[in-house]
Amino acid sequence: MAEEIRILLAHADQIDPAQAEDYIKVGGYKGLEKARGMTSKDLIEEVKKSGLRGRGGAGFNAGMKWSFVPPAEVKYVVCNLDEGEPGTYKDRIICEKNAQALIEGMAICGVAINAQQGYIYCRGEYPFVVDLLRKAIQSAKDVGALGDFDIEVRMGAGAYVCGEETALIESIEGHRGEPRFKPPFPGVAGLWGVPTVVNNVETFACLPYILTNGADCFASIGAPKYPGTKVLTLTGDVNNPTYFEVPTNYILSDVVYKLGGGVKNGRKFKAVQVGGTSGAFIPEQNLNTPIDFDSMSAIGAALGSGAVLVMDETRDIVDIVTRISKFFEHESCGKCNPCREGTFRCREIMEKINSGRATEADIDNLLLLARVMKRAALCGLGQAAPVPITSTIEHFGHEYRRKLLQYA
Amino acid sequence: MIKLTIDGKEIEVARGTMLLDACRQAGADIPTLCYDPDLRLAGSCRMCVVDVKGRPALVASCVAPAENGMVVQTESDDVVESRKIILELLAARHKFECPTCEKDGECKLQDYMYRYGVKESRYDGEGPHFGMEDPNPFIERDYDKCIMCTRCVRACDGITGAQAINVKDRGHHAKIAAPFDGKLADSTCVFCGQCIMVCPVGALSSKVAAGQGKPAQNKKVLTTCTYCGTGCTLELNVNNDRVVGVTSNRDENWSPVNKGALCVKGRFGWDFIHSPDRLTTPMIRENGGLRPASWDEALDFAAGKIKEIKEKYGPDSLAMFSSARVTNEENYLAQKLMRAVIGTNNVDHCARL
Repeated sequence: MAEEIRILLAHADQIDPAQAEDYIKVGGYKGLEKARGMTSKDLIEEVKKSGLRGRGGAGFNAGMKWSFVPPAEVKYVVCNLDEGEPGTYKDRIICEKNAQALIEGMAICGVAINAQQGYIYCRGEYPFVVDLLRKAIQSAKDVGALGDFDIEVRMGAGAYVCGEETALIESIEGHRGEPRFKPPFPGVAGLWGVPTVVNNVETFACLPYILTNGADCFASIGAPKYPGTKVLTLTGDVNNPTYFEVPTNYILSDVVYKLGGGVKNGRKFKAVQVGGTSGAFIPEQNLNTPIDFDSMSAIGAALGSGAVLVMDETRDIVDIVTRISKFFEHESCGKCNPCREGTFRCREIMEKINSGRATEADIDNLLLLARVMKRAALCGLGQAAPVPITSTIEHFGHEYRRKLLQYA
Repeated sequence: MIKLTIDGKEIEVARGTMLLDACRQAGADIPTLCYDPDLRLAGSCRMCVVDVKGRPALVASCVAPAENGMVVQTESDDVVESRKIILELLAARHKFECPTCEKDGECKLQDYMYRYGVKESRYDGEGPHFGMEDPNPFIERDYDKCIMCTRCVRACDGITGAQAINVKDRGHHAKIAAPFDGKLADSTCVFCGQCIMVCPVGALSSKVAAGQGKPAQNKKVLTTCTYCGTGCTLELNVNNDRVVGVTSNRDENWSPVNKGALCVKGRFGWDFIHSPDRLTTPMIRENGGLRPASWDEALDFAAGKIKEIKEKYGPDSLAMFSSARVTNEENYLAQKLMRAVIGTNNVDHCARL
């Protein structure tokens, strides 16, 4: 079970992602055709039955999300291509290798919820992906694949928080990238106040396969409760740092040792951070865990965006987490108190520890602040920002303590 | 109607009621900083968080609809711990100038720190660093006291419609700013001072009233603004029999016309009251200069001249131009005087301009 299964990337580098004709030659747009022949209710049921869960990080059942959309004259389909988690580039890879599958997936969602307009919100650092997607959409329109469904590509301006779906919507509307409180959820009142489905690139890109091959086929791949494949981006101290598409019951240690070829330079493994910068640090003893959403949650981690960052024995955990805390201080939008002030004070205390000026009381203060941020912050950013801190204090507490004042 | 349990008390509220209102109906005192019933909701200060059974995170009650069967604790250990830490975080960026602060005694940060026994902040790193000078004559902006509730931004947009201020930058470095971080005078600000009205702390205050009396020292006397015909209710702040400021009452029952909103004249244009330049007796112009006179003398003089003109040139040679700064009753009497006593319809009023 150390093999990749390629669904989204099956035809990677064999077809031109900008050309709809290429995609059609390998069976593309059949799923959309099938979707058009179904009632909206049956289509949503089919997606529910496939067990497809959101690949953006929250892991919510996609069909279920769609089923909450109330009837309305105008609705929107929004694709989240903000991909702001450092170390994550799987959405870029999916676009670069198989942009048409994303476009088809969005159109399928359009059929399901009866929407005629889609938006792709692409991170500002990917201007070449914007060009590619615009060409790909034009090509799909030219061959008549999209029917009356249209897609517009909007570009972000470099804010991590705009990966949060409501901040993303605010940004498309031309406002400051700040999350909205929920409810109302975007499914009920989203972009410009109308029902809006927001899904990740990877989620949309799974849909053509589900429709073409049937929900049961998809549901039989990987972990039963989080079926399908997951595109992982492996970075850090491994011999083979690249991207992979694996079934969701794939074991984390296989990602590191089999796909990744083990730790670089013959060094020993220290930790792996899964799911991006806001993910937990996983120590060696938890490596034998499947990567699926629920298995990761069970060890206090999150699959999140599918970034896998490996750190070898020479890495200074406290130094790494200090840098992460700087990232969150910089990326907090500043709307809610726990995150705005919390990320700032987390960075201050982490720097104090990292520079050998702290005491045990500072660690206690950090844990208390982390607890309040997790419980009281408005959006996922503030709630998840302390995770790298708490998970490393839990698993690598000795690295913190050896930097405290009394031992320096 | 839906039923829910709040602090062990079962209550019934209409569907669509916000949890904050439900909690208050159940007698719970929920602290809020960013919440303002007249403004677009923000849900950002997180002071109103409550514990809802079965929810992994705390729930901001001001933006959460009450749901049937909810079991809510408004002062659980988690809730109190979160509120205390939020207060400490805010305290760490707040300049405690309470003895000389215009808001001393009417400050929500002070009130809640007292309520939760927050004496100091454990966050002893960088302190307030947001200070700015804005040389306008009306509004003092001291962002070293700002707690980023954004009520000023929402009032500027939602009540006045000026959209002169918004949030600039991100994270801890976010602050309230006029366009390009400039001065209010160079923005669309109309200096209505609604931002001062909604500010829960001393970050925004009146420069005109500065140093003349703290809220607790001032007696508030409700009156009607005389600057125009709108009839806004305002509160004269009276200290030692002197008017030392104008604030407004936002209660619709007391302030039905304006619900607390005022304009630059109503809120800041009251310093003439005790001006030494103000006339205190009638004056009569004689030999190219003015001399003080008694009311009887002055009125006799004016009446005599009016009579003289009317007899010589007829009643239509006279006209009355009255002011919105007097009451409707006085304006009524003015036109009555012209029509019934002088005998002319030449009556006009500044509100027609």
